[in-house]
Amino acid sequence: MNGQGGQERQLFEWGRLVKAGLTQPLGLMRRGDVGRILAVQSGEGDVERGLLEMGFVEGACVEVLHYGLLGRDPLAVRINQNMTVALRRCEANAVLVGPLLDQTAGTETVSSREQGAS
Amino acid sequence: MTAGTLVAEGFRPARIALVGPPNSGKTTLFNTLTGGRQKTANYPGVTVERKSGLLKTPGGHPVEVLDLPGSYSLRARSPDEAITRDVVLGRQQQETLPDAIVCVTDATNLGQHLRLLLELRQLGRPLILALNMMDIAQKRGCQISVEALSRQLGIPVVTTVAMRKSGVQDLLGQIDALLNQAPAAGGTAAISDWVEPSPEAIRAYHREVERLLQEAVVREGAPERLTRQLDRVLLHPVAGPLILLAILFVMFQAVFSWAEAPMDWIDGGMAGLQQWLAEHMEESLLKSLLVDGIVAGVGGVVIFLPQILILFLFILLLEDFGYMARAAFLMDRLMSAVGLNGRAFIPLLSSFACAIPGIMAARTIAHPLDRLVTILIAPLMTCSARLPVYVLLIAAFVPNTTVWGGIGLQGLVMFGLYATGIVGALVVAGVLRLTLLRGESQPLLMELPSYKWPNPTNVLLGLWERAKIFMRRIGTIILSLMVVLWFLSTFPAPPDGATEPAIYYSFAGQIGRTLEPLLAPIGFNWQIAIALVPGLAAREVAVAALGTVYALSGDEGTVTEALTATLAQNWTLATALALLAWYVFAPQCLATLATVRRETNSWRWATFMFVYLMVLAYIAAFVTYRVALALGGG
Repeated sequence: MNGQGGQERQLFEWGRLVKAGLTQPLGLMRRGDVGRILAVQSGEGDVERGLLEMGFVEGACVEVLHYGLLGRDPLAVRINQNMTVALRRCEANAVLVGPLLDQTAGTETVSSREQGAS
Repeated sequence: MTAGTLVAEGFRPARIALVGPPNSGKTTLFNTLTGGRQKTANYPGVTVERKSGLLKTPGGHPVEVLDLPGSYSLRARSPDEAITRDVVLGRQQQETLPDAIVCVTDATNLGQHLRLLLELRQLGRPLILALNMMDIAQKRGCQISVEALSRQLGIPVVTTVAMRKSGVQDLLGQIDALLNQAPAAGGTAAISDWVEPSPEAIRAYHREVERLLQEAVVREGAPERLTRQLDRVLLHPVAGPLILLAILFVMFQAVFSWAEAPMDWIDGGMAGLQQWLAEHMEESLLKSLLVDGIVAGVGGVVIFLPQILILFLFILLLEDFGYMARAAFLMDRLMSAVGLNGRAFIPLLSSFACAIPGIMAARTIAHPLDRLVTILIAPLMTCSARLPVYVLLIAAFVPNTTVWGGIGLQGLVMFGLYATGIVGALVVAGVLRLTLLRGESQPLLMELPSYKWPNPTNVLLGLWERAKIFMRRIGTIILSLMVVLWFLSTFPAPPDGATEPAIYYSFAGQIGRTLEPLLAPIGFNWQIAIALVPGLAAREVAVAALGTVYALSGDEGTVTEALTATLAQNWTLATALALLAWYVFAPQCLATLATVRRETNSWRWATFMFVYLMVLAYIAAFVTYRVALALGGG
């Protein structure tokens, strides 16, 4: 993440994760799923800032603990094993989540999976 | 002379603002610091409470501590949070810039809470970081180096245990040290340059927090287990809502059964006072004003204090325990179907005691449209002031039998009236969201705090606060209304040889009789019309007014008994049902309308609420009356 090179590298890694089908929006995750936040982005105004302020930031680890009875909405998400936040699925879709892997170890595992798939 | 020298020379106490995210234990810290020496006032223009308290530091400095609403960021999202921002930026009118800020953070959740501190540090004002709930953090095996954190941040850092008096000594010491420094400390240049943080700035704060934690956290604590385990049951998709229902059931049971005895005492006390006044005063207008106007009227409202306090005791306990956010979580989906936010659940629940604290509690809802809808439907929750009328009419017209194997018919009708209010509120909310108040709903985004034992001091102080608000309202609005109503129903005096009760000839009677043709289609006779005139100001007064109209005298208990018999004789079932339907909707509470005006800062919405509720009440009463007539209830 340091400087231009770091950012490019990160984008490249995400690309690989997306290609391997290992990423999904937080809003599609099921109960018990864990992952690491890759990106927080929302087209509309303050949702992004709201999410960031509640701790949904790139690199944080998330776990879906519960959801409501009707429409499995809203979600209760544990952030970094520490704070639990309730949010609706539509907002949760602004959060892109990848596998919960160490940053360097993660790339290796993904690479091996890609090889395995091809 | 600068503010600093004023403080230094003892002209005014130093002003210290407590700022912190919600659930950081800020209010507990405030209560421990200031004890009972607290003052609650309102900020001008808005009704956010200004809570402050005086204390003397060990070093002898007088200090005024200001408890600001909890906020995750200075980028304020709700009217509450805007106050926090404006006060720390010195933009709040009639509030000078605080001399120092104490940022209260939860030591077990520093990763989230330090970001607010970084935002505050940008302002360049004297600042102290309080690592609160340090005892819990240590119990979980967490070790934080206070020195490293202080060095990295360049500000004093103290640990506090807000629950204990001894846990705040370090903080008081640091406040002393800060006040002993040159009073000129801290310019205001950074404050005038302040802009809302952009998403990128928030990310940068996150990275800075990460770095700080790596420097200062010696050992991370084990994650909290109990909350997870409890949530597995309390937030379970099926068990969760059932438990919520059970809690609400117990709560309402308690409101009615526990309140019975204290309500009897108040009733007895007021009756005794009335009797004492009646015996010891000369027959005069003043006596009539005191006995019939003030004691009877104010007594009729004070009697609800026990019910309101019991309901709030439950709400405050559940809130302090951390359950209220879960209730909002469980209700969110249901409420979002009509365009409401789960957060509206707490204000609406409070409205079952009284709409006024409910409407005030809607301040925590950030989104203006969501907040407005919540305020507009709050009066549809059956408040305790409707109960005397419900009880009277049900006792007079609904037979005390059981149906469907053991369910009391009277209780069932009462339940039906509550349910009608709730369903009505949901329909109104849905319609408003589709028509007048169309627009995006606010995202939920709400912290579910860790469970903890409720702090008795917090709960008792909160309860005391509510009692004060209620009693102040009685002392001002209700009292003056009672005097006006007494005047309206006493003057002019009846002519000689009058055949009708005195109120028939009074201004109130004249207004009532003028209204009668308008109310005839919904089955109301002139007696009801007259009783509705004072009932417009406060619902519960209608019972006493009916007693006056039917020329019954005696204390409240005997009047109600006699009224039950009189009404059962004189009214048709259809009329009684129509009046019940009217009471579910009618906006008969001036204090509520005044609160709505204050909270929305415009007469427009107060007027709108009055009109829409009036129209609904008329329609509901009309339909009920006609259907009941058609079914033979005439």
